[in-house]
Amino acid sequence: MRALDWITQVLEVVAALAAAPVFLGWLNQCRAWLQNRRAPSLWLPYRSLHKLFHKEAVIADNASSLFRIAPYVVFGAMVLAAGIIPSMGTRLPLVVAADAIALVGLFAAARVFMSLAAMDVGTAFGTLGARREMMVGFLAEPALLMVIFVASLISSSTALPAITENLASGRIGLSPGLAFSAVAFVLVLLAENARIPVDNPATHLELTMIHEAMVLEYSARHLALMEWAAQLKLFNYVCIGFALFLPWGVARAHIGPVGLLVAIPALAVKLAAAGAGLALIETVSAKMRVMRIPEFLATAFLFAVLGLLVHVLLGA
Amino acid sequence: MTHLPLDQQMLDSCAALLLLLSFAMLSQRRVVTLVNLYAVQGAVLAAATLLLAWRTGEGHLYLSAALTLALKVAFLPWLLHRLIRRLEVYWDTEPLLNVSGTMLAGLLIVVFAFALAQPIALLASTATRSAVGIAVSVVLLAFLMMITRRKAMSQVVGFLSMENGVFFGAMSASYGMPMVVELGVALDVLVAVLVLGVFFFQIRERFESLDLHHLESLKEHE
Repeated sequence: MRALDWITQVLEVVAALAAAPVFLGWLNQCRAWLQNRRAPSLWLPYRSLHKLFHKEAVIADNASSLFRIAPYVVFGAMVLAAGIIPSMGTRLPLVVAADAIALVGLFAAARVFMSLAAMDVGTAFGTLGARREMMVGFLAEPALLMVIFVASLISSSTALPAITENLASGRIGLSPGLAFSAVAFVLVLLAENARIPVDNPATHLELTMIHEAMVLEYSARHLALMEWAAQLKLFNYVCIGFALFLPWGVARAHIGPVGLLVAIPALAVKLAAAGAGLALIETVSAKMRVMRIPEFLATAFLFAVLGLLVHVLLGA
Repeated sequence: MTHLPLDQQMLDSCAALLLLLSFAMLSQRRVVTLVNLYAVQGAVLAAATLLLAWRTGEGHLYLSAALTLALKVAFLPWLLHRLIRRLEVYWDTEPLLNVSGTMLAGLLIVVFAFALAQPIALLASTATRSAVGIAVSVVLLAFLMMITRRKAMSQVVGFLSMENGVFFGAMSASYGMPMVVELGVALDVLVAVLVLGVFFFQIRERFESLDLHHLESLKEHE
């Protein structure tokens, strides 16, 4: 069984690395269809990554070493996170490294490095993007933690695989607390990944941009790593959502190799559905003004805390 | 964790939904949407009453579910919409206190209400006793809404939402009040809304607005 666990682990990380760009491609494709545009190719993110890796890197004269190492740190954090999240199986050797709370910390660390790197060169856009990113981050993090607390309380564990294992066993049934936190989680996901009501990922050089403003100074392989890390982050968030709210199809501890064979198509189906759902949300909603973002995230926090309270009151 | 029966789970979900709708009303700026939300809250309340009636087999609960449906989902929203049309306050939005701040205050109120309801819930012997806390929070959130609003129309909706909370509390603590009391309360609410409807016209004729802060000064000219 030990070997199987490691296979699952490696498979998960490789799948995350390979599937993250195509997931973004799928999302963009769905969005284009919904908006009656001709859809870009599904493989476009791969092609642009490939193109960026083969370009010559240009770095500003006054950039410090922080600016150079930040893409590697951010990318590394996202890969590690992909290893912790039980997207296919629940018996992962890497899980001892971090529970769900440390996972939130991992995302925060990546965000800090990204913001510092954006400020490092000293351009106005970079600083502006970094400050906005930190504003979104500090409002989204408590909501995300609350969501995780609800799931942890239900399963009495903060390790993601244990939570998934417990929820997948189907003993919980209809839980209003969990439903509320699912809504909160979707709001946090949109905010954290610079999706439409909060940030528009399709624009460059607009005064309202957040994520794009931070990576403006990067080029070539550094930019490729940053983009790939952003795609991985989206993929990771979606997989956390599956682990907490839709844990069906995941290979559970006692099933063995067959479970893994079921888990891979199950994950693909769930990702396709999630991509279409996200595209739908992005199509029907309009970009908010930056001043409204705290209100949006306060709603997410409200949902998460209500989920917690309702769970404590009704579930006890 | 024990597996609760399905109807219990659905009742709990209804209770949670009522709480959520209270928050939605608290954050809503537009009067028309507010009235619609009130109608939805009434519908959820009727569904919860029906579920409870089916679960306990108490006949009078069916009657009060029907009463809720007729009065709070159909008649009162219709009346309020008509008033909105007649007073031409469709697009009446009102400046709220900072929405996030109001929400956080609402959360604190919910925590307080849950703590308050804990001993009551321990005394009750009904299957829905855990929902008493939610009923108390619906009442207090409606209070908060009435305090933070300035327009007369939103205050009336707050008042009606408060009655929803009281009704739900009675239902979950003791399977509803006696029929006579329930009918009396329903009639009271009806009369109150009718009287307030007339009152709106009077306020508007006098001050040319439904903003209640005009009523705060005693004399017209200082």
